[in-house]
Parts: sequence; C-alpha cells; structure tokens
Amino acid sequence: MKRTALFVLIGLFLLAPLASGPYLLSLLTTLLTFAYLGQAWNIMMGFAGQLSLGHALYVGLGAYVSAALSLFWGIPPILGVFPAMAAAALVGSAIGFLSFRFAVKGVHFTLLTIAFAEIARLTFQHLSALGGTGGLFLPVEARTGVDLIHLRGDPRMFYYVILAMAAALFLACRALMASPLGYRWQALREDPAAAESLGVNLLRVKLAAIALSAALTAAGGVFTAFFYNALFPDQWFGLGYSIEIILAPIIGGLGTLFGPILGAILLTPLGEAITAVTDGLGWQSAGIKPFCYGVCLLLIVKFLPDGIWPAIRKRLP
Amino acid sequence: MNTLLELQGVTKSFRGLKANEDIGFTVGEGEIVGLIGPNGAGKTTLFNMIAGVFPPDRGTIRLSGRDLVGLKPHQTCAAGIGRTFQIVRPFPHLTVAENVLIGALHAEKKMHAARTRAAEVLALVGLDAKAAQKAGTLTLPERKCLEVARALATRPRLLLLDEVMAGLRPNETDQMVAIFRRLNRETGLSILLVEHVMRAVMALSHRVVVINSGRFLCAGLPADVVKDPRVLECYLGGED
Ligand SMILES: Nc1ncnc2c1ncn2[C@@H]1O[C@H](COP(=O)(O)OP(=O)(O)OP(=O)(O)O)[C@@H](O)[C@H]1O
Ligand SMILES: [Mg+2]
Repeated sequence: MKRTALFVLIGLFLLAPLASGPYLLSLLTTLLTFAYLGQAWNIMMGFAGQLSLGHALYVGLGAYVSAALSLFWGIPPILGVFPAMAAAALVGSAIGFLSFRFAVKGVHFTLLTIAFAEIARLTFQHLSALGGTGGLFLPVEARTGVDLIHLRGDPRMFYYVILAMAAALFLACRALMASPLGYRWQALREDPAAAESLGVNLLRVKLAAIALSAALTAAGGVFTAFFYNALFPDQWFGLGYSIEIILAPIIGGLGTLFGPILGAILLTPLGEAITAVTDGLGWQSAGIKPFCYGVCLLLIVKFLPDGIWPAIRKRLP
Repeated sequence: MNTLLELQGVTKSFRGLKANEDIGFTVGEGEIVGLIGPNGAGKTTLFNMIAGVFPPDRGTIRLSGRDLVGLKPHQTCAAGIGRTFQIVRPFPHLTVAENVLIGALHAEKKMHAARTRAAEVLALVGLDAKAAQKAGTLTLPERKCLEVARALATRPRLLLLDEVMAGLRPNETDQMVAIFRRLNRETGLSILLVEHVMRAVMALSHRVVVINSGRFLCAGLPADVVKDPRVLECYLGGED
C-alpha cells in the first residue's frame, strides 16, 4: 500500500510537466523546492533534535556564493555548488562549535541560529560588491534548451533538476536514518545525557548534523538562485523565509521522510490559493499568508502534534 | 586480583553541601562491589564523577591506572565504564531494540554486527519479546532492564548499576541477580552496585563499601558489614 502510493506519487511528479502549463509548472517547482529545503532542515531538527530558525542563512549563502562565482569569475553553478555547500557547512559548524563551547542549548541555540541569519542579512545589505539592498541579478537568457552546467534553460529543466534533487535527498535521508550516524542523531535528540553515557560524542554528532543540513540547504539555495535570478538580502536571509522553510516538515511530520514532501504538497498550493484570493479581492495586506500559515500550524500542534504523515501512516495497512 | 577502579580522596560539594568527602576504595578486576548507604549518602554523585558527568573538586579516579578525571561521559564509556541511570533515561520514541543498538554501536562499528549484539543482549536480560516496542511504552521494571541492556551493549569493563532492582518483585530480583552472576563468571565483568534491595546486595557482592553523609564509613564482606553496629546506626539513627 505504502509502496503503491509512493510509485503513484513518483509517477505523477515525473509526468506532471507534460500536462501542466507554465503557471502550474512553476508552482510545482516551488513545491519541490520547499520539499527539498524542508528535508534538509529536517536532518537537523527531525533527526538530531536541533531547532534552527535561521536556515535561510544557508539558502542565502548558497545562492550568493554560487551567483557571485558565476557572475564575477564565470564559474558555472555545477562547480559553484561545492564552494557554496562548503561555505554553508563552515558557517553551520562555527555556530555549532560556538554553541557547544559556551554551552548554549535549547531555545538559546535557536536564538543563536536566528542571530546568525540576521547578521548575514545585515552584512549582505551592506556588501555593495554583491549588490547590497539593491539586489544581485543573474542575467536571464532565453528560457529554452537544457544547459545543466550553467543551470540555464527551459522551466521544465528546472522542474526536473529540483525533482531529482528532492528524490536524491529523500533516498539519502532514508539511508542516513538507518546508519550509525542516524541512530546517534536520534539518541542525541531523545536524550543527550543518555546518549553520551553510551559513547556518543555529542559535539561530533551535532556538528555533523548542522554541517550536513547546512550544506544540503545551500545546494537548494544554488538551485533557487538560478531559478529566480534575483537575490535580495531581506528575502533570502529573512526570518520569514526561515519560517517558511520549516513549515512543511512540521506540518507533514518532524523526523519523518515523507513529512517534508507531504507538508509541501499541502502548503504550497494553499499559499498560492491565498495569494490568488487576496489578489482577486484586491486586498493589499501582506500579513494574510503568514496568518493563514500560523493558523495551520496551530491546528497541527493542537490536533496532530506529530504531524500529518504519522497520522496517515498509522491508518495505512 | 588486579585493581580495576581506584578512587582516592574524592570530594565534591554542591554549593556548600558536601555530597562526597574524601572517598577512597577500589574495585578489583572481576569483582562485584556493593556500594550502600542511606538516602542522600552521595552514591549517585560518586557514579556521576566516575562516568565523567562532572569532575570531582578533589581526588583521583583511575581505571586500570588511567586517570578518568576530566574525561567526558563518551570518553569514560570508551575507557570501559558502562552506567545505568537511577532515574531511567530511555530514548522513548525509539524501539527497545534501537535503544540497545545505540549502545551496541559503541562496541561494534558495523551496523550488522551491532544489531546482532543488541539482539544478544536483549535476549540475555529477557527483553527480547519487547524488542519492537517503543521504549516509551515499557513499565518501570522493564525500563530498568533496558538501562542495563544498553549499558551492557557497550561492552564495558566496569558496570555501574544505580538501583536497577528497585521496584522489582523478589523473583524478578533473583533473575536479575542470576544474570549479573553469570556475566561476572563468564565474561569477568566487574560491577559496582548501588542498591537498597539488600537481598540483591547480599547475593551479588563479593565486598561491600558503606558511605554515609558523603563519607566513607566502612568496607568488608557482606555478612560482616550488615552486622557492623556503625552501619546499623547510620541506617536506623539517621544522620549523625
Ligand atoms: N546536581 C546536584 N546539585 C545539587 N545538589 C545535588 C546534586 N546532586 C546531588 N545533590 C545532593 O547531594 C547529596 C547526595 O545525593 P546523591 O544523589 O548522590 O545521593 P544518593 O546516595 O544517590 O541517594 P539515593 O539513595 O536517594 O539515591 C544529596 O543531598 C543531594 O541533594
Ligand atoms: Mg542515588
């Protein structure tokens, strides 16, 4: 049953571009981006129990590093993705190490992740070499053909790239969960003191979770940069974006593999519908979408605290 | 008999309260030592220092001559210390088998070998029937058993047991005692046993150390210690 559902889902995603116009295709690309980013964030929170509310930091780093390398040195994103991931892993590790060194845990660790994202936002606002508040723009060429090296081409190419990334990350997370590292992450999440008494090196395991999650998030940032072509510090490092990233895995089911995907499938169309309705009614309020997300979150926390996927899984034969 | 664990002058205060003062004793290789004393005597505090949760203010703790002071819990684990928690700390959302697997991953780096080891240990403590259950669903005696299984899975040289028989029925206590006896006999596992259940202390311990109000009181054979008037007094008469 689970298997069949999975194959149907894969089939739908593979064939979707054939039946969808430009609008639906871009919606699906956004959906898969959030599924991917949610999955990457879930490594840190869902698996290792470390709540980051500043994951936009890594998306932004990935985006800016790869965009700058491409703009100023002509290094294509297929190569630029590696320094982008390394930069994010380095910054993530620094945050992890600082928090460990000064015994910053729990809520305070989360505040630290927000602080770093804010520092990055302010820094990039003042980096005039990278456009500052005015933004950094990648040249937009004709949206045809397939150039995977430079990430230029048809919208369908972008769709399949992020589909491949989301699928690969799903498989990688599944393997990680069943690996020694994955079990150590879960031990850290469940009870650090007990984990430590069983020989788990908390610092090492925590850093591995942060670095990996940050690097994978940055890879998502590279994709997003070349998909949207316009980078603004306020958007790309903003707290609002950080929160948007984590909604799908929380609503879908923290620490589960399907949670981030299911959450994105539910939330992305909802977000679009809200935008459509408010635009249609001519409302100008930018607060309506976050408000609706907040309501969703409240309902989930109240009625399905483990998320939607665990509730569905229980009912599957 | 070679000395495995050696404590000397171990002292620890919590904001002026002397939880341990100048404690010294040894545990030999292959020995089972009972550590008893009234509530608040400082037994758990001593365990926490041996396991590296916090360092003593003064004193030395050695395992086969190696200084353990300053090591973190994962390092004392690597040095050969396995410990259970008096207030049990299972990984509630993981299955019983996965709980033990995490301990086993310390002894066996390969996933397959670790799974095998976890299964063996579960069978040994009689939790194998519950292997697939979430640890959060276990009863308290079962959780105590899981504590033991997890610590054993790391393949320790010295096992620190903190009141693992509290709350067990007498026949369950006897089963647990039999398991530790067998492990001690067959694998040479050394045990430092904190226990209020005297039935278990008497049956298991080769030697008993008594502490009271954070201080060493006396040590000796179980049968002698329980007749010692000082021991009787500290249990009956309360503190000083
Ligand atoms: N982390 C701590 N902070 C402050 N005081 C502590 C701490 N841990 C223990 N104590 C105090 O130290 C003393 C010894 O406590 P400990 O838990 O070691 O006793 P125990 O012998 O294990 O007692 P029990 O038989 O009740 O388990 C007690 O007075 C306790 O309140
Ligand atoms: Mg105690």
